[in-house]
Amino acid sequence: MSGGSDNPWQDGRGNKDHSIANPRGTGTMTPAHRKSGATKKVEGGPFLIGDTMTGGYGKGPDILHDCTIAVEAGQIAVIVGPNGAGKSTAMKAVFGMLDVRSGSVRLDGEDITALSPQDRVVKGMGFVPQTSNIFTSMTVEENLEMGAFIRRDDISGTMEQVYDLFPILKEKRYQPAGELSGGQRQQVAVGRALMTKPKVLMLDEPTAGVSPIVMDELFDRIIEVSRTGLPILMVEQNARQALEIADKGYVLVQGRNAYTGTGKELLADHEVRKSFLGG
Amino acid sequence: MDFLNALVALSNFVLVPGIAYGSQLALGALGVTLIYGILRFSNFAHGDTMAFGAMVAVLVTWWMQGIGIGLGPLPTALLALPFAILGCMALLLVTDRLVYRFYREQKAKPVILVIVSMGVMFIMNGLVRFIIGPDDQRFSDGERFIISARDFKEMTGLDEGLTIKTTQGITVIVAVIAVALLFWFLNKTRTGKSMRAYSDNEDLALLSGINPERVVMYTWLIVAALATTAGVLYGLDKSFKPFVYFQLLLPIFASAIVGGLGSPLGAIAGGFIIAFSEVTITYAWKKVLEYIGAEPSGLVQLLSTDYKFAVSFVILLIVLLFRPTGLFRGKSV
Repeated sequence: MSGGSDNPWQDGRGNKDHSIANPRGTGTMTPAHRKSGATKKVEGGPFLIGDTMTGGYGKGPDILHDCTIAVEAGQIAVIVGPNGAGKSTAMKAVFGMLDVRSGSVRLDGEDITALSPQDRVVKGMGFVPQTSNIFTSMTVEENLEMGAFIRRDDISGTMEQVYDLFPILKEKRYQPAGELSGGQRQQVAVGRALMTKPKVLMLDEPTAGVSPIVMDELFDRIIEVSRTGLPILMVEQNARQALEIADKGYVLVQGRNAYTGTGKELLADHEVRKSFLGG
Repeated sequence: MDFLNALVALSNFVLVPGIAYGSQLALGALGVTLIYGILRFSNFAHGDTMAFGAMVAVLVTWWMQGIGIGLGPLPTALLALPFAILGCMALLLVTDRLVYRFYREQKAKPVILVIVSMGVMFIMNGLVRFIIGPDDQRFSDGERFIISARDFKEMTGLDEGLTIKTTQGITVIVAVIAVALLFWFLNKTRTGKSMRAYSDNEDLALLSGINPERVVMYTWLIVAALATTAGVLYGLDKSFKPFVYFQLLLPIFASAIVGGLGSPLGAIAGGFIIAFSEVTITYAWKKVLEYIGAEPSGLVQLLSTDYKFAVSFVILLIVLLFRPTGLFRGKSV
């Protein structure tokens, strides 16, 4: 995935001379499918499910093994687990950034395993990456406009909703997003994803690198978003807090489902507490 | 009176040519800076792209002159400009399809694209010489001067004359229009904003549903328009010679880097800084100094005009040493 030495075109020598080469903002995503394949209708099941997914990046080894994560309509599902457990990877697999070799991804009664990430956005997935999730050189308002790029209808209503949800953004709407604080940036990132009017929101560690106070606030906002009826699938480092707000929790270990249950069940589970929540 | 004469002489030999040359460099540097910001490499083929666009303009102008189409006092080349831009757009899109797209699919590192653009440069260079030959070509027609030196002297009664060539006037007007259009496009339109978004963060642009190939295509189209305009204006002002455009690469890159690579505003400022440095350093100041009372013994010319490229080179070095991000905080570090 990362500039492999097997690819002669990605030899990095000479790239430090930024007066001729500009690596800033270069794409690192490697979609599993550049071109979308066919989708088919399926019956039943949760709103969004990555069902018994096995797969890895490119031609690499399997990272996920029969991993299942799902979120029901109107609920919050949280993926937790130790470092390197494949939490973000599972999320990326659902979003089509990982070659899913067996298993399937289904959204709202449709099998979308063969779709490219862009087409999944069109189908209604809003994805907020963990890092570089805003356009730093553009204003807050432009960030939101870019979030709504695929929409051709009037976006001012959605923008008002986002501003209602995150009032601080309205105050800073003409300021470059790169000048905002960490917590505000995350709000811009979530706001950008909301602008597509997604059917499901996927957050990859939304509270990474923010202070505990800001973290509490962000969790409050996420609950608020969820109250509008939008299902949320979230990867979190802060397992305890995340499970407290979760309707459903998934504990992953080495790319496998270790424990699955409601947030409360997992918090009460002795094994889970001992291994992941520190007693 | 002497002070006025000094001012007129200064305008005639430094300010007017400097502004015209600066506008041409700015247009060229804008193209370079756009490619650097959006496609993420320094396009060494830019000078020859300008040459190709200008060449198409020369050919279309000759054809128009042949069948008697003209613009009266204005040069026919202005009529030919839209056709030249279309021709240049076609060339760049074909080049992208045949060459650059392959490297994008490999996710090649920017430095590889720099070298690739050098190859493209040689091909374009050959193509232009093959079609129109390596010699000087004149294609400007219409009224030569807006104000000629003699008219100016008669009007004002000063000893010094001020000449403003039609081509210089046109250069400045066209450059202002082009720059205004570009800034409006980048800051106000949906497509322009998507190009800035792609430049800022490719992955997130993809997640927002922005089609990268579309962005790349628009970039080439805009660059073709800018490069052709710059090339035609330069050719009108001086003359058209393929090799000169290749040499222009240095001042153009110097402009873009001095202003801050990736910053359109910087490219414009850089263009004028380089142009004025070149003109002032290679100008013989004797006359102006005499009018304001000094009695210099020599010509007071710091450098012979043959060495004008040395000026851009030195400025480039100074900027890279002391302020590598450029005056407007571009993206190079």
